[in-house]
Amino acid sequence: MFHSLGRYLLLLRLSFRKPEKFSVYWAEIMREMVSQGIGSLGIICIISVFIGAVAAIQVAFQLVSPLVPRAIVGSISRDSTILEFSPTISALVLAGRVGSSIASQIGTMRVTEQIDALEIMGVNAPGYLISPKIIAGVSMIPLLVIISVILGLTGGYIACLVSREIAPTDYIIGLQDGFNTITVTVCAVKSVVFGFIITSVCSYFGFYTSGGSLEVGQSATKGVVYSCIWILFADLVISSLLL
Amino acid sequence: MIEVKSIYKTFGRNEVLKDINAVFKPGKNNLIIGSSGSGKTTLLKCIVGLHEPTSGEVLYDDVNFTKMHFEGRVPIRKQIGMLFQNSALFDSMTVEENIIFPLNLFTDMSNSEKHDRANFCLKRVNLEGTNKLYPSELSGGMKKRVGIARAISMQPKYLFVDEPNSGLDPKTAILIDELISELTEEYQTTTVIVTHDMNSVMGIGDHIIFLNDGQKWWEGTNHEIAHTNNKELNSFVFASKFMQAAREKL
Repeated sequence: MFHSLGRYLLLLRLSFRKPEKFSVYWAEIMREMVSQGIGSLGIICIISVFIGAVAAIQVAFQLVSPLVPRAIVGSISRDSTILEFSPTISALVLAGRVGSSIASQIGTMRVTEQIDALEIMGVNAPGYLISPKIIAGVSMIPLLVIISVILGLTGGYIACLVSREIAPTDYIIGLQDGFNTITVTVCAVKSVVFGFIITSVCSYFGFYTSGGSLEVGQSATKGVVYSCIWILFADLVISSLLL
Repeated sequence: MIEVKSIYKTFGRNEVLKDINAVFKPGKNNLIIGSSGSGKTTLLKCIVGLHEPTSGEVLYDDVNFTKMHFEGRVPIRKQIGMLFQNSALFDSMTVEENIIFPLNLFTDMSNSEKHDRANFCLKRVNLEGTNKLYPSELSGGMKKRVGIARAISMQPKYLFVDEPNSGLDPKTAILIDELISELTEEYQTTTVIVTHDMNSVMGIGDHIIFLNDGQKWWEGTNHEIAHTNNKELNSFVFASKFMQAAREKL
């Protein structure tokens, strides 16, 4: 375990060496941003709307009684969407979508000697391959999480419209009631950290792939599994530190 | 000139290379031959720095490459071109992007200069008009030639070739051999070729090193190889009945 941690930290250090030419790295960052950001937008939109709707329905099911104000459904949905559902579930989904793609892409480059070709040319292979992915991850995943929050809350509103157990106006009042900005800060911190974990952990497993196509698949699987575990661990740490 | 001094390489308890000494001169096709598992590719990887030797030194024009750190090696690596066994072209890039990739990173050439250089390299390997194709659209022989074009794009001083003929039909294999030989003579590169193809050995082997069980077993030229009495080398070179018959006619 310590051996792997040491190799991971060394790889990160190599990844952030001075680039050979900034313009080439910048083009790679842009390409990764499009791939990770635009490429993941569809799945994030779909899961966010559904999770927001389900959250509203379940909160309503559990809390609606004559003794509890109806607007509480909006407040609880808002806080749970901002604090947990949008950053964490989006990150777990992105670990599958973006992380497996990163691990298999870098792993394939390793087993087909493309990484060796980069090193022979004198290119810092970790820097060229990994740093643009990490930079794109820590900038695009927070944006995706912001979109997820907006769509999650919209999903809750749609659920209220459809189910009629909670009036949409009560839901809107609940959304505005007792809003604490710390939830947004926690959400932002989580999304940046999760973006870093997904891209760096999956890059690590891809970069140290050895063997053939079977091992590339195994690296992708390991990358996703370890990313998910680290996301959940980081979620716990950030929540306990910031809330 | 590349000098290899007393190279040893072990993986765990497995000693793959044992006391390899060799000098590879410019303008010559230096071949490293040997059966599978004899340590040819490991030696090549030690020379280019993809593997660190357990002990020993590699000198590029008297500069000790083995002792250098990553940054120190970059100026030498800029002078290295390498063709990999499976070509190792970047899948996400077109043929032209593959060729100009090192130019983008290490030169200040304008876009038109880089385009001209790519066209020149492609013309040199007889692949004009393939600029916009992706590696997945190329045949095995074409990929090798694009690999050569990429390797020569920076006008290398040292050219390394790993199994240039693997997976190719005999006619294409000979074309690739001839191309490498022409480039070596034209640019006076120090060319090191790892192969076990006997056509290459006989056709372009100016200087041959035979590895057996991780040790240098024999050294000479393609003219000398046919008349050697080295038992292991003979059993490798003249393994087929066709080669045995050819030897009798020599």
